[in-house]
Amino acid sequence: MSKILIRGAKVLGGEPQDVLIDGAVIEAVGTGLSDEGAEVVEAAGKVLLPGLVDLHTHLREPGREDSETVLTGTRAAASGGYTAVFAMANTFPVADTAGVVEQVYRLGQEHGYCDVQPIGAVTVGLEGKKLAELGAMHESAAGVTVFSDDGKCVDDAVIMRRALEYVKAFGGVVAQHAQEPRLTEGAQMNEGIVSAELGLGGWPAVAEESIIARDVLLAEHVGSRVHICHLSTAGSVEIVRWAKSRGIDVTAEVTPHHLLLTDELVRTYNPVYKVNPPLRTERDVLALREALADGTIDIVATDHAPHPHEDKDCEWAAAAMGMVGLETALSVVQETMVDTGLLTWAGVAERMSVKPAEIGRAKGHGRPVSAGEPANLTLVDTEYRGDVDPAGFASRSRNTPYEGRELPGRVTHTWLRGKATLVDGKLT
Amino acid sequence: MQRHLISAADLTRDDAVLILDTAEEMARVADRPIKKLPTLRGRTIVNLFFEDSTRTRISFEAAEKRLSADVINFTAKGSSVSKGESLKDTAQTLEAMGVDAVVIRHGASGAPYRLATSGWIDAAVINAGDGTHQHPTQALLDAFTMRRRLIGRDAGLGQDLSGKRITIVGDVLHSRVARSNVDLLHTLGAEVTLVAPPTLVPVGVETWPCEVSYDLDSTLAKSDAVMMLRVQRERMNAAFFPTEREYSRRYGLDGDRMARMPEHAIVMHPGPMVRGMEITAEVADSDRCTVVEQVANGVSIRMAVLYLLLGGNEPAVSHTRIEEK
Ligand SMILES: [Zn+2]
Repeated sequence: MSKILIRGAKVLGGEPQDVLIDGAVIEAVGTGLSDEGAEVVEAAGKVLLPGLVDLHTHLREPGREDSETVLTGTRAAASGGYTAVFAMANTFPVADTAGVVEQVYRLGQEHGYCDVQPIGAVTVGLEGKKLAELGAMHESAAGVTVFSDDGKCVDDAVIMRRALEYVKAFGGVVAQHAQEPRLTEGAQMNEGIVSAELGLGGWPAVAEESIIARDVLLAEHVGSRVHICHLSTAGSVEIVRWAKSRGIDVTAEVTPHHLLLTDELVRTYNPVYKVNPPLRTERDVLALREALADGTIDIVATDHAPHPHEDKDCEWAAAAMGMVGLETALSVVQETMVDTGLLTWAGVAERMSVKPAEIGRAKGHGRPVSAGEPANLTLVDTEYRGDVDPAGFASRSRNTPYEGRELPGRVTHTWLRGKATLVDGKLT
Repeated sequence: MQRHLISAADLTRDDAVLILDTAEEMARVADRPIKKLPTLRGRTIVNLFFEDSTRTRISFEAAEKRLSADVINFTAKGSSVSKGESLKDTAQTLEAMGVDAVVIRHGASGAPYRLATSGWIDAAVINAGDGTHQHPTQALLDAFTMRRRLIGRDAGLGQDLSGKRITIVGDVLHSRVARSNVDLLHTLGAEVTLVAPPTLVPVGVETWPCEVSYDLDSTLAKSDAVMMLRVQRERMNAAFFPTEREYSRRYGLDGDRMARMPEHAIVMHPGPMVRGMEITAEVADSDRCTVVEQVANGVSIRMAVLYLLLGGNEPAVSHTRIEEK
């Protein structure tokens, strides 16, 4: 059966409508659409969004298949309502050649849970010394448009300048992990009241802010576009706001965990809270929410960073940095942005689908829910309340900071080009 | 009763005074011909040292042996936080051996807390210094030394340090001794002033229950005790201060400066001292300097802590870090 009728869903949170899918395409959107020959999905009370797009995912394959693979990662993505993810380049080998990015791209297509758009490394081996073959990655079957040394900062100003200039030739964007390396030597957590007390190496806000300030000025100077990964401080927000007011072509992302969690949690010394950039203060969290609401921060990106149990079940200093995020992102956004009245569901669609697709030039994603568009869709039961249970995760890793925590909302269905990848909360 | 001692901040005033009073009792054992009590006979204590510290280990070992405990020394030198070395595995090995208490020294802040709260082991955990976080028995022995010197051995029993003014000088940023002392001395009613160059004061210090000054000379006249912290020479290479000589001129304790302290005031140092840089030989060797007593007092304090955690029937030390905050 190739036709699907989604009946009575609140499209982008609006009035209930029916959405008829035929094959890979939305055939019609309206009220009282005929269900003849169609499989019917009763969606009364639920919210229908364009399939979510994550501009910042770590899939770990190739190299760390014990943490995650393209298959497990895209299954996690489908569970979380995503139809496209951008896979970061810090794999082993690093995604710095056409060969590696094509492999990752093809695995995504083969598995069919979610489109995988590889991100290419900016520099060879993420070493910050020599530009990777940006053009070849762009021309490969993977069609790379986003380049990032994420995990590391492109800290050399000249290399950063050249990368920004070079990708203009094919409309690419450099996504910067803003972390001044000298200011964060030995850094373990946000530098402030809690780090002073716990005696953990401080990670100052200015280490992030100084790089962002430099990079927006570089982007302005060379007339290129730059994307700032995982903003985490109130000061970063101010700089991006200033840059945008000046007409600089900058976009920025925030992670769900930086919208919800603070460095107070580090008092537990539980490495599940160890993440890069670190959890900041309440003041930063509120500034980030406000900036996401007013559009200063363009998108939510998960920074989904799976790690095996043993890399977290140890003392803080020895633990790996990062947390999984694909399967809880929408719930956290609902709790922090929608249920607080800061954002409508249409606003969520904008920030979790439309804009990330636009920044990454992901064709066929982040499109309007209307006739003739690709049927990449996500259905959310926004009334649901339940505790997060990592045992049910599709991700191979379980390093979630939300274990046992109640979060609102649950993705019940995901369709990738008309094919259901998630039905009633179960992967197909 | 909670069975761990992780942070000086976990001690209430009454806990701390009880430990100090108990340490006075323990000190009397040292005056006997046979310096041994049967208190912890049959109990096994492991000294788990991931970081070198002969002084602290020997002090704990002496305390454990005076209480008749069975002692196992476990040294994992040089492997503190490197990948592949697991605190958890080591802990579980010790647990399997039926250990009653673990005295842990670790280069990573929070490692003892993790050991005590992660469910890896059941044994009592005593923090013998973790990273730049805490060293609670050091703070206790310092407070014990102050109480004896500033109030008196017998007169001090049952007393705290209310109204005493303590100045702590040096590398506060990297010092677990400073953190522990600020917490404990505040609990005991003392007024603490930290003195250091701004580069060696942590961002966030403004919430600590103490004053901060960059000027040593202005604090000397109103100090009952001046505690000098160790300054590691490698800090100079990391540009925390320009030169050793400049540090010494601004923050070193010499005879002139000592002369400006009140007559009864004492000079303390957790040892080992870097003579010439942070303290001159003249000061170090004066009878106002308590370094040697601090070492002796360390054994009494550690006996008291072990006794109260493992043998004592009164709840002396509670561990309530998270619940309180
Ligand atoms: Zn990053």
